[in-house]
Amino acid sequence: MIYMLTDLDKKIIARLQGELPLTLTPYADLARELGMAEEALLARLGEFKAQGVLRRLGAVLYHYRTGYSANGMCAWRVPPDRVEEAGQIMASFPQASHVYQRPVYPDWPYNLFTMLHGRTREELENVAREIAALTGIADYTILYSTREFKKASMRYF
Amino acid sequence: MKAEREGRLDPLEREILNLIQQDFPLDPRPFRALAEAAGCTENEALARVKALRERGIIRRLGGVFDSQKLGFAGTLVALQAAPEKLAQIAARVSALEGVTHNYQRDHAFNLWFTLTCPTPEELAKTLATIEGWPGVEKLRSLPALRLFKIGVNFQF
Repeated sequence: MIYMLTDLDKKIIARLQGELPLTLTPYADLARELGMAEEALLARLGEFKAQGVLRRLGAVLYHYRTGYSANGMCAWRVPPDRVEEAGQIMASFPQASHVYQRPVYPDWPYNLFTMLHGRTREELENVAREIAALTGIADYTILYSTREFKKASMRYF
Repeated sequence: MKAEREGRLDPLEREILNLIQQDFPLDPRPFRALAEAAGCTENEALARVKALRERGIIRRLGGVFDSQKLGFAGTLVALQAAPEKLAQIAARVSALEGVTHNYQRDHAFNLWFTLTCPTPEELAKTLATIEGWPGVEKLRSLPALRLFKIGVNFQF
């Protein structure tokens, strides 16, 4: 479902792709900036959240600085009839973020993706082994990033 | 070094991070709500969040939106670049507005990036353009078919 947005909605979203003011009353300050009432802003944000347009309002962390310095993209080759079950198990791991099913190609047979996080690569690889044991999916590969070219937040409007 | 970095988070900061990485209160006085949950004063909660932001542990306190629900089309791209062209291709990819994450990875598919465009047509067009760049040997578009989980909830 594509959500129909008003111009004011787009302004709210554009503003929230940036940062909330770090004040005791961030919503009142933001509402003033946008030329609307605080109650109306809070109500709209509540609706965005309920409808899933706003996935999350919260802190985006710089993981490296919190001690989780090992990050790997772990891709799994899961039989189609086991995707649902395996995906749920993977999602239940706190060390796994971004669990997605994606299409396969002859030269890319892995259909489930998890980003794994650990304090060290060893810790991360132990998580992968744990997931493999719990799901019974033994065919997986971990791709580490060797260079970050870009990391930004999406600007929609 | 890692232990040192972690060591710099005190128990209150850990508690605050655990709370606000999931959800920042939709409340006229969000830091008061946060303080109640974390067991500190409102001013203290605000000061800690500000300090965590200044130290770069919090990258941003804001919204994460669902691009599909906003009508946008996105994908994850696995690209195989000729090694001698990789840096150049990576720079061209990074220059695209809809690219938010772009990494070199240790695999035959050596460049991985996310691409989001206002319409599926624009996404297809952009992918076709990239595929034609010199040094691009393979390009595989891997759009999400099913989302099981997004975001991280670390325990600090």
